[in-house]
Amino acid sequence: MILASVLTTNLAILVLAGFVGFIVISKIPNTLHTPLMSGTNAIHGVVLLGALLLIGLPEIGFPKLDAFSQALLVIAVIFGTINIVGGFLVTDRMLEMFKTKPKPQEQGEQEPAGKDGKA
Amino acid sequence: MSSMPLASSFLQSEDFIYVLYIIAFALVIQGLRGLVGPKTAVNGNRIAGLGMAIAVVATLLMPSEGNWALIAIGVLVGVIVGVPAARQVKMTAMPQMVALYNGAGGAAAAAISTLEFFVLASGNGENAVVSVSLVLSAIIGCLSFAGSIIAFLKLQELMTGRPITYPGQQIVNGLILLTILGLAGWFVVTLGTMPVLAFVGLLICALLLGVLFVLPIGGADMPVVISLLNSFTGLAVAVTGFEINSTLLIICGALVGASGTLLTVMMGKAMNRPLTNVLFGAFGSGGGSEPAAGSGGPQQIRSAGADDVAIMLAYASKVIFVPGYGMAVAQAQHSVKALADQLEKRGVQVLYAIHPVAGRMPGHMNVLLAESNVPYEQLLDMEDANPEFSTTDVALVIGANDVTNPAARSVKSSPIYGMPILDVDKAANVIVLKRSMRSGFAGIDNPLYEMPNTSMLFGDAKASVDALTSAVKAL
Repeated sequence: MILASVLTTNLAILVLAGFVGFIVISKIPNTLHTPLMSGTNAIHGVVLLGALLLIGLPEIGFPKLDAFSQALLVIAVIFGTINIVGGFLVTDRMLEMFKTKPKPQEQGEQEPAGKDGKA
Repeated sequence: MSSMPLASSFLQSEDFIYVLYIIAFALVIQGLRGLVGPKTAVNGNRIAGLGMAIAVVATLLMPSEGNWALIAIGVLVGVIVGVPAARQVKMTAMPQMVALYNGAGGAAAAAISTLEFFVLASGNGENAVVSVSLVLSAIIGCLSFAGSIIAFLKLQELMTGRPITYPGQQIVNGLILLTILGLAGWFVVTLGTMPVLAFVGLLICALLLGVLFVLPIGGADMPVVISLLNSFTGLAVAVTGFEINSTLLIICGALVGASGTLLTVMMGKAMNRPLTNVLFGAFGSGGGSEPAAGSGGPQQIRSAGADDVAIMLAYASKVIFVPGYGMAVAQAQHSVKALADQLEKRGVQVLYAIHPVAGRMPGHMNVLLAESNVPYEQLLDMEDANPEFSTTDVALVIGANDVTNPAARSVKSSPIYGMPILDVDKAANVIVLKRSMRSGFAGIDNPLYEMPNTSMLFGDAKASVDALTSAVKAL
């Protein structure tokens, strides 16, 4: 049996995720493109995990981090956190505005028209 | 994930953490699917947020040396900066905010790769996969960071939004690119053990290229640039995933990369210009703005007063508002909604026609109108709006220019020839709210303004709309 290398497995994941991305995102209407962009900003904040992994993992065979490396990682953590927290919050704020307003508490039956149903 | 010397409990087992990652990316994708419509979108975003939270927790569960202080400092600063910014940013400033977020993601990816380089340089050379992904992530991250900062400065009007060009620009950029490729090649061949100075040079070149590649791009092309930088950042994150072997980074990076790429292509299509033209054409730079063929300078332009326009609007049966960047600049979205309310009170049907590249980022106008409570159903895409104009009494153009320019349909010599436009000229009457007769960002004359059914209402968009509202009220 041939076992795929880590590289080819990762490449397969990349290609599949890319296709999923194209399919999902091509269904999003123009109206929601700004929230889409700020939402994807939050999603690429996943880079935070990279910084978290590196910040204290002896198992990758890292030597002790010197002050410079620590500074780099803290910067990456800060930016990643800003991306995730800020991105999701601002997207939430925006999307709330797209809701039909008359009764902010109870959505559902009250909302008129709209072509989209839950799939 | 390699071995796990410290894993003693189930919670820290690799499989458990990996399962959490799988749940996380499934939630992120499911959340994105929610964005198909405004009703499901709020929950969708929260689902994606939950996914991300699970991913962060899972990562913190991993056995580590426990540099908790560093993590706490970073997260705390991030929250302190990020939360108030997200709560307070004005909707008109969303393009700037997204530009900054793109830059932050790129910078984080570049910082991680720089750190990894110093680990490699300090002795234990790595394998080819890590070297290639490391150098790519560093380059793309720096490009995205520097480019996003310039985009931010332009959008925030801290520097001119017009294209900045100089002779030999393409050659300089080409040389920098070649230098980057050369240094990257060296990096890969030596498996990341090149001199520190050379790597620093590589980073500087990538930053410089990021700056230089956005400088010549004009304000009206910003929707394309922001989308492209978005896709760059996604790519940088995905490549970082290869570098540190993290499936989640690869998947999320690929999703963002796909989204940014798709938006870039859509924006390019909406302008009918190939990406290369947007990026390298310095569209709307001073040099290329000779008056378009056929129109010899200022001609008969009718200027109307607010009272006349108010009467026209009040007695119409259907009015379409066509917002553009001018509405955002003047912060006029609430005034526009107030005018629409007055008209609807009188039984006038009000619709909004939104061009895909109106404003400074994809969907910019929609967000502003949603902010002022315009019902989602009244916002029409270009394809839905264009058939409506022929039965429309008044098309009210609020700070939009090039996206309404009929020269795009007919004048072959026009730089925007072939760009799909909103057919406002087909409406019985066209009212254009505009600050002055200065041409738009593209520097192209707009024959719409000289048509017999067009009147101009000069002034700040907000002031003009407010004047219209009170005039309609007084009728």
